[in-house]
Amino acid sequence: MTVKELAEKFNLTVHALPDGDREITGVYIGDLLSWVMGRAGADQAWITIMSNRNIVAVATLADTACILLAEGVVPDEGVASLAAEKGVNLLTSEQGAYETALAISRLL
Amino acid sequence: MSEALSFRFHVDGDDFTSAGQASVQVKKDLRRLGVPAEIIRRVSIAMYEGEINMVIHAGGGEAEVRVTEEAIEIILSDNGPGIADIEKAMQAGYSTAPDTIRSLGFGAGMGLPNMKRYTDYMDIQSTVGMGTTITMKVNLA
Repeated sequence: MTVKELAEKFNLTVHALPDGDREITGVYIGDLLSWVMGRAGADQAWITIMSNRNIVAVATLADTACILLAEGVVPDEGVASLAAEKGVNLLTSEQGAYETALAISRLL
Repeated sequence: MSEALSFRFHVDGDDFTSAGQASVQVKKDLRRLGVPAEIIRRVSIAMYEGEINMVIHAGGGEAEVRVTEEAIEIILSDNGPGIADIEKAMQAGYSTAPDTIRSLGFGAGMGLPNMKRYTDYMDIQSTVGMGTTITMKVNLA
């Protein structure tokens, strides 16, 4: 499933979708950025509640398929445009991390 | 043997939110050179952790990445406060980062362990009050 398909099927809020055709192969949930970089796999959807600019660099370096902000978290000012500029998909789910991950799991 | 290709970056210590620019640039440069994706991932994550450390603890510093046929070498140097107890700093979960940094999702004490984990060689030279130089290598062969 691509990030764009996930956004449509799960009715996610799209903040930046510069690489919507990116395939999602799994999910990683975490808010401690060094843990995410150390553990998240390439092409996974990364679910977090961190909303500052550093998440864009972390997603780029860990090569995740997208950043998925859970619990309706809104990205900090300027983060959406930074994500678009850096080619990072950034979306928000109104649901919690667990429910969001479950939904992705059903769609994979 | 061909001459080493070298990239140099100044890491700005004033702006925490811009940290990562050098590592993201290195990722792009290495991709252009045709370096395998998993190697790029290891190099750029190790470098980002180092970059973040220099911003949090040392007010910035200098980063150099050298590419040879055998390995990619990352040298990070700063004129910060130095690391008093390197062995302790290398322990996963040990951190001296302030709460403001923790609230941004860093300071979990995973930076140096991640750098070690993602590289084939890592050396820390540090003098309290003088600064720190970290050399890391990721083998290409």
